[in-house]
Amino acid sequence: MPARVSIFVTCIVDQLFPQVGMAMATVLERIGYTVEFPEAQTCCGQPAFNSGFRDEARTVARHTLAALENCEYVVVPSGSCAAMLSHHYADLFPASSQERAAAAALTPRVFEFSQFLTEVAKRKEVGAKFDGAVTYHDSCHALRELKIKDAPRRLLAAVQGLELREMDAAEECCGFGGTFSVKFAGVSGAMARTKLDSIVRTGASAVVSIDSSCLMQLQGAIARAGLPIRTLHLAEVLAGQ
Amino acid sequence: MSARFDQKISETLADPRLQLAIYTATGRLMSHRKAVVSEDALPEYQELRTQASAIKRHTIENLDWYLEEFERNVIAHGGHVHWCRTATDVADVVLGIAKQRGARLIVKSKSMTTEEVDLNERLSHHGLESVETDLGEYILQLMHQTPYHIVAPALHLTRQDVAKVFEDSLGVPHDIVIENQTLTARGVLREKFLNADIGISGANFLIADSGAVTIVENEGNARLSTSAPQVHIAIAGIEKLIPRAQDLATFLKLLARSATGQPLSVYTSFLSGPRKPGEVDGPTEFHVVLLDGGRTKLLADAEKRESLHCIRCGACLNHCPVYRKIGGHSFPWVYSGPIGAIITPQFHGLDSEPALPFASTLCGACAEVCPVKIDIPKILLELRAEVRDVEKQNADGQLERAAFRAFAYLAVRPKLWSRVLAFGRRLPVWPLGPAGAWFSERELPVPAARSFRELWKERQGR
Repeated sequence: MPARVSIFVTCIVDQLFPQVGMAMATVLERIGYTVEFPEAQTCCGQPAFNSGFRDEARTVARHTLAALENCEYVVVPSGSCAAMLSHHYADLFPASSQERAAAAALTPRVFEFSQFLTEVAKRKEVGAKFDGAVTYHDSCHALRELKIKDAPRRLLAAVQGLELREMDAAEECCGFGGTFSVKFAGVSGAMARTKLDSIVRTGASAVVSIDSSCLMQLQGAIARAGLPIRTLHLAEVLAGQ
Repeated sequence: MSARFDQKISETLADPRLQLAIYTATGRLMSHRKAVVSEDALPEYQELRTQASAIKRHTIENLDWYLEEFERNVIAHGGHVHWCRTATDVADVVLGIAKQRGARLIVKSKSMTTEEVDLNERLSHHGLESVETDLGEYILQLMHQTPYHIVAPALHLTRQDVAKVFEDSLGVPHDIVIENQTLTARGVLREKFLNADIGISGANFLIADSGAVTIVENEGNARLSTSAPQVHIAIAGIEKLIPRAQDLATFLKLLARSATGQPLSVYTSFLSGPRKPGEVDGPTEFHVVLLDGGRTKLLADAEKRESLHCIRCGACLNHCPVYRKIGGHSFPWVYSGPIGAIITPQFHGLDSEPALPFASTLCGACAEVCPVKIDIPKILLELRAEVRDVEKQNADGQLERAAFRAFAYLAVRPKLWSRVLAFGRRLPVWPLGPAGAWFSERELPVPAARSFRELWKERQGR
């Protein structure tokens, strides 16, 4: 088992949900890893990439490739940002470029958090406790780009005291979509409310995801609707004892 | 975003009855599809997708070859092939045939290609009556509406809506029983079938090695349209080609399953050439009209060419969480949903609706269910980048470009990045415009007092 892992916390966790990054570090340390935070990291560049600003995305990608160059494992508390690092960086650079080679070298070293716990650390559980019923929201990029479906569910189901309840629309998008959430605010809000209806039907007291951006969207809609439902990142649940 | 796009979206979102109709109908199609492509029902499903994608790729990359082979075989069977570059050319071909035959009445089966060229409208200008015979299309024709969905054109209508349309347009008593509504339409349409001079259809597949047109349908109206009148004209985009009749084994297993969740549609017709000596029925003239209509332009684009692989099953619409909210009529063209979002800008130019490629969360549900594996999110991303290039040339979208330039500038300077964001987190409301749009639908997140990197530094220093 490698002793060291680097964490890429993503800009949204860094700025808005630092407790998620801390929780992820806590869990990784609890199962025996030394956690490093490469300080040059900022954002993966996905906002620019998804908005069509390829030059800006390339600039940020080059920076991040350099920042993570010497990391053996890069663990990310987001399926979306992990997919950007592992799948889309390569698309940004021409086939024979140095950056393409660097991106190709980074791809096998990037792991979304639940993926890392189950595939690299080979953990079925991490000694967590939680009191109550939760439902799990599949974030789109984790589900469809990284094919992550069972890992977070298995980890949740193994948490002592936690009851996992499936919602009928688990795989439906929450409606965030980066700048989509403000460019098409009405559509985005309507999508969030459809998702909320499905969450409410489970009777769970919290919705768990592996992407903080989805949780920000759901939290905003839950607060607006005045519902007594918490939004939790998987790391926060797994850090609980 | 154009005012039209914005307004149509708002109207659709604000109509609870319409919202329920769209969500329920697409949800039903989703669950039907899921049942018939499951591991138990169709273990070879993923393999079929791979095969279908490979056949389409091969065909589209050798389209010149297969089109000529198709033409040779249609002619060998006694049919005629017409090559049309534009919508006007298609109308001219049909008008020419109608004039020659002294035709007045045309029956039409469902065809998105004819919607694309606005055929009914063009024909009516020349005094020809062209009647839609697919039930959904017939209802829409009475309402003067375009299809809401590629496969289910009247998906947005309830039986109450239909009862009202029939009452108003046909003068029949208000009746919300679907079976009775069908009988009403049937009564009107039978007369049309028997008296029509020409039958016009689309095509689901054009088969190169046999010069045949394949049509799948559930109502039988396409079979009647193509066999009762003396003249049959099939109108299809050039991308509908497949090389061999045996390739249908792959596509027919996927098409109805993806579209409506049926293992096979009720009728599958193979039409090749006019009535032959000794045959007792069928048309005496058989025409195939092949439309370019912008397709060769796509063909020249290696990055996005796979947009032409589409077999128009509509699964991407049903599974699109955006389509399920904004519906079909919000889209700028007759092709709606994810496939519409990628082909509209390619056929009509990016400026037909510059916001269209951005009207997606890139959730990927469309690509996941596409039977020919078109990577729609990837093409949307390409189109977004193209929109930015155009904006740059025209000095449009300056504010957003400046914002992303600043973002990239800061993102490669970690210390400055942290300082600027730390300041930003303390502002009462961060950048007013986007925050305002966010707040219109949701509460704003409360920024953390300290960033992760600040907390981390403190923890390490402990």
